[in-house]
Amino acid sequence: MGKVSVVPFGPQHPVLPEPIHLDLVLEDEKVIEAVPSIGFVHRGLESLIVKKDYNEMVYVAERTCGICSFGHGMGYVEAVEKIMNVEIPARARYLRTIWMELSRMHSHLLWLGLLADAFGYESLFYHCWRIREQVLDMIEESTGGRVIFSVNKVGGVMKDIDAQMLGRFVEKLGDVEEQICAIRKNFLGDRTVQMRLCGVGVLTKKQAHDLGCAGPFGRASGIATDMRIRGYGAYADLDFEPIIRTDGDSYARCACRIDELLQSIDLIRQAAAKIPAGDLSVPVKGNPDGEYFMRIEQPRGEAVYYVKGSGKPYLNRLRIRTPTFANLAGLCETLKGADYADVPILVLTIDPCISCTER
Amino acid sequence: MSTILNFTGTLLKNLVSKPVTKNYPEEPAVYPERSRGHIVIDVDQCISCGLCVRSCPPRCIKVDKNEGTWTINRFDCIACGYCASKCPKKCLSLVPGYQKPGRSKAAVTYKKSAEVMEAERKKAEEMAQRKAAAVKAAGEKKAAAQTGGQAAGAAAQVQAAQAQAAAPVKAPSENQ
Repeated sequence: MGKVSVVPFGPQHPVLPEPIHLDLVLEDEKVIEAVPSIGFVHRGLESLIVKKDYNEMVYVAERTCGICSFGHGMGYVEAVEKIMNVEIPARARYLRTIWMELSRMHSHLLWLGLLADAFGYESLFYHCWRIREQVLDMIEESTGGRVIFSVNKVGGVMKDIDAQMLGRFVEKLGDVEEQICAIRKNFLGDRTVQMRLCGVGVLTKKQAHDLGCAGPFGRASGIATDMRIRGYGAYADLDFEPIIRTDGDSYARCACRIDELLQSIDLIRQAAAKIPAGDLSVPVKGNPDGEYFMRIEQPRGEAVYYVKGSGKPYLNRLRIRTPTFANLAGLCETLKGADYADVPILVLTIDPCISCTER
Repeated sequence: MSTILNFTGTLLKNLVSKPVTKNYPEEPAVYPERSRGHIVIDVDQCISCGLCVRSCPPRCIKVDKNEGTWTINRFDCIACGYCASKCPKKCLSLVPGYQKPGRSKAAVTYKKSAEVMEAERKKAEEMAQRKAAAVKAAGEKKAAAQTGGQAAGAAAQVQAAQAQAAAPVKAPSENQ
């Protein structure tokens, strides 16, 4: 047995701009245990629910995260709508789905860039973000914001994507698809990348299930967990299957996310073909009275929104469980037995969003 | 091998193609039409109702009805557009162009023009006069009814009838 030492990782680390601290217990070069500690950027978002009325809270909820902001707004709004028994127009459901998928694309492309940077492919990192920029342009053109969309409200959406704009987006996504297929070869076919990712940080299906892993992290271990099949938004009308890999290593997680990018493009195409005409929102009267537990699929995995109201404009409780929170346990398990040099890549493969987790 | 050639193709393309980035600020940024840059106010249309103040999530707007001012701390504003959606006169709107950086979080105040303030003052005075007249009329009516109940004299009845006749004359003026 070698000498055991503890090495701190973070809260400031070059691979990750967000603050997570891990105490890595090392035996020679092998990690035998990782102890996480979070709480560096807690903002008390959930306590604001007693100070802001339920309409104002939409803007607070979507600022939970800077990358998956649209999903947070959508999850909260759909929970409130369920409590108030509001049936939103079909067009609003489709628009939310399109924006959600654009949001997933920009999140996954951002993550692919960070991964490329972590294993030392800087030009590939720039290339991923160049592709992402085209998605951001579409988001900005349709919503007015690059990462904070602010288009959701209780009862529907506030902005429309007309047929002309949607046609343009679908056409542009064809180009984006070609570019993604090109980088797919670089990520999945390159021998150096395979050497860095294959067999690194393996999490078996049973481990992933026991630790409650969510999103692409769980799907790469063979768990068919995708909240979109529950059919919220317009997902019930669209044809898709969760993308699953069974290897459970870092390579599988990368492959899972790249394939989800192509799946998102396909979903947007389907939604654009089926989107019905009609109103964008319905008027909402009264205050939410009751509670609801909304589960949606964020780019990083399943997010949970618990909302409770008592017939007043101010809600009693908002609880958000973000996917990274669910995946931290899985991360600590994958780190056990890993090489010290692989720790940054393994931390990245869960696509951590620490500010999101701390709310 | 194929992946190396694939990447080389991208590399060669990048060498001869134009840069994807812009030479900002020499080349100005182009914002889309819907861009949520900052809030502008047509302050002369503002009725100082204060709905924007109450709806603003970061509470960065202040309204002073007496001074006729509308103040915003643009450094606190999150450009969500909730105030613009709540404004009953639709005098708030979000336009492209982001907030410039500054050394201090200074608030910006917009004041209504002198003519609008004068017109509003006159209107308020007129309203006050009408209200006073209405209150007076109601008071007289009440007093007359009381006197009518206490004294059974013919003179009192005549007075009450006069007050009742006067009331409908004044009532339409309230609606004007």
